[in-house]
Amino acid sequence: MMTRHTILRVIAKFMIPYILLFALYVQFHGDFGPGGGFQAGVIFAAGFILYSLIFGIENGRKVMPPWLRRALLSIGVIIFGGTGLFGLILGGNFLDYNVLLENPVAGQHLGILLVELGVGITVSATMITIFFVFASQDQ
Amino acid sequence: MLLTGISVIFIRNLFAVVVLAGMFSLLAAVLYVVLDAVDVAFTEAAVGAGISTLLLLGTLALTTDKELAKTKIKIIPLLLVIFTGSVLILGTRDMPNFGDAKAPANLHVAPRYIEESMKETGLPNMVTSVLASYRGYDTFGEVVVIFTAAIGVLILLGQGYRKSRRGSGKIINKNSGEAE
Repeated sequence: MMTRHTILRVIAKFMIPYILLFALYVQFHGDFGPGGGFQAGVIFAAGFILYSLIFGIENGRKVMPPWLRRALLSIGVIIFGGTGLFGLILGGNFLDYNVLLENPVAGQHLGILLVELGVGITVSATMITIFFVFASQDQ
Repeated sequence: MLLTGISVIFIRNLFAVVVLAGMFSLLAAVLYVVLDAVDVAFTEAAVGAGISTLLLLGTLALTTDKELAKTKIKIIPLLLVIFTGSVLILGTRDMPNFGDAKAPANLHVAPRYIEESMKETGLPNMVTSVLASYRGYDTFGEVVVIFTAAIGVLILLGQGYRKSRRGSGKIINKNSGEAE
């Protein structure tokens, strides 16, 4: 743990909220500007990894315990697949968003939002998991 | 970009190689921005320059940052690589020019996406609507691949970690936290 690197710690503490906020912006603004689930997930994970690098792996573990990481890993896939299945239940095809709401365009919008959310959750959980598994090898 | 690529091959200090590879990705991202592919550039910058550099640095921390002694150049693989490369470059001569409106890729489904996607999905960013809606199956496959990768890493490394912790006595067990 880097207890002596004051500048690093202060700057990281200052930056991390903005990194996470930017990730959320990329996630939910991906419909209108560049970005989407993949990029947002990676940026979100980068925020967590920065925290763990500066304040120690153990503190990072407390923020994001393994059970939560594993749960998020599957929740993302379930959201994506669930959106697809929900379209199937409502009488459309698999991953057909037109039937999700009364208005096909609004349905498409909702479907894309949900799907991107699923992508983002899985990607960020994957990156954080890989980092933690790698980082805990040498302890 | 070429310079960083060549340096990655020849530099023996792996720390420098990782940083140069990150630079290579960043330059590639700039190239994509020049080609107006902002979404791809975004991904390249976040994944190539960001996360993979971090993961490679993490790997270096586990192993070492010195490459082992240089092996001598093998002739047959070198010739094979040069041959394959030349064939590939020869193949690009048959490809349509960049931005050619009559290229097959621009005639198939692309016009429909450009004309209809705004009406059908109401999203101004066409990349997102193609990725998540028209090509939803592909994206679902990608997510499952990433999910599988994480599961694979957990099975390979996480499990081994827990076992070695159990075998190595109580004192280390206490301060190592829980296993992955």
